[in-house]
Amino acid sequence: MFKSFEPNKIFAITSKAPKYVLLLFIVVLTIGLTEALVLSPEDYKQSDAVRIMYVHVPAAWISLGIFSSLALFSVGSFVFKNKNFSLIAKSLAPSGFVFNIIALVTGSIWGKPTWGTWWAWDARITSMLILALFYGMYLLAWRIYEDKEQVIKVTSLIAILGVVNVPIIKFSVDWWNTLHQPASINILSTNTAIHASMLIPLGIMTAAFALFSLLIFLMKYNTELIKVKNKGLDRL
Amino acid sequence: MINEIISMNGYGAYVWLAFLFTLISFITLYFVTKLQLSKEQKRFASKFGSLNIEKARTARSQNIIREILSNTSNI
Repeated sequence: MFKSFEPNKIFAITSKAPKYVLLLFIVVLTIGLTEALVLSPEDYKQSDAVRIMYVHVPAAWISLGIFSSLALFSVGSFVFKNKNFSLIAKSLAPSGFVFNIIALVTGSIWGKPTWGTWWAWDARITSMLILALFYGMYLLAWRIYEDKEQVIKVTSLIAILGVVNVPIIKFSVDWWNTLHQPASINILSTNTAIHASMLIPLGIMTAAFALFSLLIFLMKYNTELIKVKNKGLDRL
Repeated sequence: MINEIISMNGYGAYVWLAFLFTLISFITLYFVTKLQLSKEQKRFASKFGSLNIEKARTARSQNIIREILSNTSNI
């Protein structure tokens, strides 16, 4: 069932792909930055401060998406005893963590001119901080535990506990009264509170961020596979 | 035009700080990951180089090792 996930087959692709992904990322990012910083209009209420949205929102979306995928692969590695799944999950974590930090920091920078404060312990912001802690614990667990079986158990547990927080983050703005605004975009419906002139740059920046996370994932995954092969050479 | 882009109606400091932080995070993550990858490739190259002919032939018979070798420029 999981033959297509065998490292031998994957490495042939992942070792060649980064240079093309990097090139595509630079092109998409250049277009995205031009749109976000120059061509897109200012908001009638927030003026030019709204441009922070073009880095804050994609970073938050991608950090949530990465954690969900990481949890899926962690559970997969635990249930199916597929070690390659754990390598994929491990390789996803660094970019997810960095995107989470970017979302928190840019959100804080956006908060100052719009809310008058750098930080508020409201439901959305606090739950995003908790996600960053789960990312931190997940990455630390890989460094702390030497035993492979044990590290897979511990990281799977962290990922499962952490993924419970993902719907809490998503619906926190509906369940509680928060300083953070409710979602402006709903992927399940055509109703969106954002005009196309802002939605297009947001889409381009999200694509650029997704390409960057793919690039980091590929490089990290290659590193992990070479580490495995280095251990294999020791045993020869 | 340039002044407008820099000042952003008085929000320039916030907007540029957010974009700069993102860019610095990207650059740092990219180079740290690249460094880790090249370190492992170098370690692989030195280990492979120290193998005797028989063991090197055995190792070379694995597809993935052939791929790593072809992607490690300093072998």
